[in-house]
Amino acid sequence: MKVEEIEEFFKDLKDKLPENTFKELIEEVSKYKDVTKEDLEKIKNEILKRLEFSMIQPGEAVGIIAAQSIGEPSTQMTMRTFHYAGVAELNVTLGLPRLIELVDARSEPSTPMMVIYLEPEYAKDREKAKMIARELEYITLQDLTEKTEIDILESKIVIYLDTRELKRHELTPEEVAKKIKLKKSNVVVKDDKIEIYVEGASLKELRKVRDNVLDTYIKGIKGIKRVVIRKEGDEYVIYTQGTNLKEVLRIEGIDWRRTKTNDIKEIEEVLGIEAARNALINEIVNTLQEQGLEVDLRHICLLADMMTVDGEVKPIGRHGVAGEKVSTLARAAFEITVDNLIKASIVGETDRLEGIIENIIVGKPIKLGTGIVELVAKREYFKI
Amino acid sequence: MILIRLEQKQIIGIKFNIMSPEMIRKMAVVKIVTPETYDEDGYPVEGGLMDRRLGTVTPGLRCKTCGGKFGECPGHFGVIELARPVIHIGYAKYIAKILKAICRNCSRVKLTEEERKKFLEKLKRYKGSILIFDVFDEIIKVVKDRKTCPFCGAVQYEIKFENPYNYIEVNPEEKDRKKRERKLTPIDIRERLEKIPNEDLIFLGLDENNRPEWMVLTALPVPPVTVRPSIILETGERSEDDLTHKLVDIVRINKKLMDALEAGAPQPIIEDLWDLLQYHVATYINNEISGMPPAKHRSGRPLKTLAQRLKGKEGRFRGNLSGKRVNYSARTVISPDPNLSLNEVGVPYEVARELTVPVRVTQFNKEFLKKLVKNGPHKYPGANYVERPDGVRINLARVKNLDEIAEKLDIGWIVHRHLMDGDIVLFNRQPSLHRMSMMAHVVRVLPGRTFRLNLTVCPPYNADFDGDEMNLHVPQTEEARAEAKILMLVQTQILSPRFGGPIIGCIHDHISGSYLLTKEGTKLTREELIDLLYIAGILEEVEDKLGDKKEFTGKEVFSLFLPEDISIRFKSKLCKSYKCEKCLEENCPYDAFVVIKNGKLIKGVIDEKAIGAFAGEVIDIIAKKHGFDAARKFLDSYTKFIIAFLMRKGFTTGIDDEDLPKEALERIEEVLKDAIERVKEVIKMYEEGLLEPLPGRSLEETLEMKIMQILSEARDTSGRIANEYLEKQKKENHARIMAITGARGSLLNITQMAACLGQQSVRGERIKRGFINRVLPHFEKGDLGARARGFVASSYKRGLHPVEYFFHAAGGREGLVDTAIRTSQSGYMQRRLINALQDLKVEYDGTVRDARGVIVQFKYGDDGIDPSRSDWGKTLDVKRIVECVLGGKS
Repeated sequence: MKVEEIEEFFKDLKDKLPENTFKELIEEVSKYKDVTKEDLEKIKNEILKRLEFSMIQPGEAVGIIAAQSIGEPSTQMTMRTFHYAGVAELNVTLGLPRLIELVDARSEPSTPMMVIYLEPEYAKDREKAKMIARELEYITLQDLTEKTEIDILESKIVIYLDTRELKRHELTPEEVAKKIKLKKSNVVVKDDKIEIYVEGASLKELRKVRDNVLDTYIKGIKGIKRVVIRKEGDEYVIYTQGTNLKEVLRIEGIDWRRTKTNDIKEIEEVLGIEAARNALINEIVNTLQEQGLEVDLRHICLLADMMTVDGEVKPIGRHGVAGEKVSTLARAAFEITVDNLIKASIVGETDRLEGIIENIIVGKPIKLGTGIVELVAKREYFKI
Repeated sequence: MILIRLEQKQIIGIKFNIMSPEMIRKMAVVKIVTPETYDEDGYPVEGGLMDRRLGTVTPGLRCKTCGGKFGECPGHFGVIELARPVIHIGYAKYIAKILKAICRNCSRVKLTEEERKKFLEKLKRYKGSILIFDVFDEIIKVVKDRKTCPFCGAVQYEIKFENPYNYIEVNPEEKDRKKRERKLTPIDIRERLEKIPNEDLIFLGLDENNRPEWMVLTALPVPPVTVRPSIILETGERSEDDLTHKLVDIVRINKKLMDALEAGAPQPIIEDLWDLLQYHVATYINNEISGMPPAKHRSGRPLKTLAQRLKGKEGRFRGNLSGKRVNYSARTVISPDPNLSLNEVGVPYEVARELTVPVRVTQFNKEFLKKLVKNGPHKYPGANYVERPDGVRINLARVKNLDEIAEKLDIGWIVHRHLMDGDIVLFNRQPSLHRMSMMAHVVRVLPGRTFRLNLTVCPPYNADFDGDEMNLHVPQTEEARAEAKILMLVQTQILSPRFGGPIIGCIHDHISGSYLLTKEGTKLTREELIDLLYIAGILEEVEDKLGDKKEFTGKEVFSLFLPEDISIRFKSKLCKSYKCEKCLEENCPYDAFVVIKNGKLIKGVIDEKAIGAFAGEVIDIIAKKHGFDAARKFLDSYTKFIIAFLMRKGFTTGIDDEDLPKEALERIEEVLKDAIERVKEVIKMYEEGLLEPLPGRSLEETLEMKIMQILSEARDTSGRIANEYLEKQKKENHARIMAITGARGSLLNITQMAACLGQQSVRGERIKRGFINRVLPHFEKGDLGARARGFVASSYKRGLHPVEYFFHAAGGREGLVDTAIRTSQSGYMQRRLINALQDLKVEYDGTVRDARGVIVQFKYGDDGIDPSRSDWGKTLDVKRIVECVLGGKS
């Protein structure tokens, strides 16, 4: 049978199935030869039957199911904070600590990291990729210094540059020296040494100047501490320790569509709440997957949606979702019991018993699952 | 018929407010004036804290206020009139904020009319919600540094608050240090708060039903004795509740203060007493205030006062309101019973006699129930209680003549009969991490003292039989039983909502047995087969399918259990043990590709991937296509069958499963020696400074990484060699079969037993702590070599060198600690997750909303599919459906 014919036959399934599933259906059916109308009818009936069977039911406590589905496998996770995930050169927090970090919506991950993809012209060429990588790494004079000396007699500071580092970053001592901007002083370059003459300074002052000088910014983007280039497939990808999405996105040659960071808050700030939601989902999925745990995407989406409904990424605990509940009793039953009750008494809060835990506390049936059904009877039935 | 209209009262909401002194006084039935509780004769003193008018906690005595007996009288409040006002510690910080916000002269909130208008809008929006505090904090920021009052123009002083309840006013104009600061007494504070006009309350976030001065206590409510019952110790001594102790302190000091005031005692003495009263009232409310010593019991234990009763895991909220203790429950050790259905639970007679089900007597069951009542509580199918229509309960254990009661039994009575076969009960194992931790089972009363359960339900409960205990609960109403049966019965939970596959399935022996049954070459004679099918209980059902063949292959036998319209193709678990370049699918040389066509197993072996818990494709398709009943039947009969089969065949593992030929051992030794040599070389390079550091790593880190890499490679190679020889063996190697079919253990386990344990690690690094510059004194200082840092070259079979044993123990200990920490951490995370998501539910319109009614998702999961009924997360596995219809054809 021709593809068009099959498609025509299944056309009323089109709105009922997700796009991809529908495409897959057509593809699968057209793989078989001599398919009859009867077979198609059978397939259609089976699909309709299965769709009805697998529909979610009103009243289903999807939140609790999601929480259990994420919480239960997390007992099987490893605690090891550091793990070498693909990139041997970078440490990344994984496992349970990472999951807790995500759910807490920490403003800074314990191991911030970026994956920077490049535009095609840069991605294929190792040299060009290296160039961009070099632009990224945040370097201060300290990073290029092997050792320092203070000469009180001449009132000068001598900075011995690390030639290996210099070579790695393709810098010359002159270039470095140019970056040093000091008042009332004279900077002289001698081979791999930088000598800074400070007029009439005491030892204490010299030390202070030295510490300041070592903090001199040479180049790179703030926050990016270490850069590693890796070949993935046929392109070069840059991994960084430390993140600064806003600045990195400005750099030419970077594919801003794919470049990502593991700092959810930063994504929220730079790209908005929708992006943060997606990033959150991706990070949770990756964390679970890396541990070899199977959790339905729906649960993770629900969690991410709950964390982001109010337009900002909120943590799951008492400072976020659980702490901002409308119900006094629900808050009191979670953590900080006394404080919540006292605050409620000041503002005269009324608990309307709309949630689950409140109703358990007062001993009413909960509005969930079978409890969602209410019986409404007409008044006349009560007449005798 | 007469319909009676039932009046029902329902709580629709709970409002929280501050209690006024008038209210406290009105509520009280007694004024507590004396610190004595009992007189010499042991009678409660009138006007004391155990006054009989406060209620009764002793059985036999009647309450002097309401006349109720113990259990009827809810208790009544008393009151302590405080000689001087004191701060309510819970509101101390808030009072400080108010004092900062109001004028010290006219007590109005120091906002100008314009500012008032501006804030009013916001305040009205958040009225009655704790979010109003955010606005209040904004107001404070505006107002606290105002030098003059915008209303009366009075000069404002700075208010300093010192924990826990000291308020100090600083006059900036006063030069003299001592005079500059003045401590505000609760009387001063109360005066100021009293003057705050009602229309200003909203700017403080206060509800209009509250008055700020109520936060400074003048009368203290005394909770009824039912709240603080005294207990009589074995010695006959009376021991009072912590609250009573604290109240006694308060009354005593209060009386002293009152006397002092009356006698006109000097100011410092009065102030000291006042301070003491404040301390006692504060600790009465909360005994864990920072910066204040907690009030202690004579024994030195800190007292548990009001706040402590509510707080924390064992507090009122989490311990008694969110979760409660229940009746009709039992707990004992569990043990396996493959002859039970997976829906069933074996209950000991001892338990069945104790747990009861209430049954209403009708004309149909009257005779039956009579018999049970006659049997009484001690003879098994009996009853423990009967309930007359007027609600009176008769305990049959106390009845002398059971027959007499049985004869009285009539329609409308309720008999609490013993648990019997066929009853529905809930069965649970902690930790209850997901909903499958509590499922409904059908009772089978059995001899023995343990709960018995089918082996296939072990994975959802995460149970084993090394001493695990489980709980059992008997639902007491028809509704509860109906819900349990329809929604919670084990078979309805076969598919896990976590990943959309079966969580109930075959384990251990079922899987290795299935492999031995379905691998090429297994044949059963007709006699053997019929015998096994009879044990499985499906002989009658499948007899027609047998035809007149004399011999059956394992694959044919497996097919007998499958419904006819199932067609499916998948890679078996076995496939993972072989690394083929290209999958030949049905032509797989290892028989690792499963093809089932029209309910016939054509190719492939049945192992974990087909029938295992968490993975079983076959169970999955039966449950989804033919329903849970069919899946249950399959599991029940198939597991019985396969265990009988395996029993006949014999299956064991022993140390000879790890026997390797000499040649293999030599090769392994060679590999390990070589690895250790290579590590030495790397170390030498490092020492000579020839090692190139990896980008972004220090020289030491690079060295460690290199060594770890070499050693793990060595372990892998030695494992591969071992496996190679085990595979070549002619004899069936049961340890290997278990590993490759996914029944138990892994190839790594076998490697460790037969070849080499490998590198032991602590914190992901080679073991390095211990003596100075070396882990153990057996090594040279600074030795970085493989063996010195925890490489174990021996196998379990060969035995570990003492030094190796030590390293292994170090690594093992880390694992134990890790698990202990992890459980608490993930438990807390799950509690938070549940708390955050518990109110989410799917509405009738398909949206997901929280308790507020805010839409979180417009369509659940974007496709409205129940994850437990999805195909491993997919909306629909169309490939499989098409395969089932068309796959059988060609």
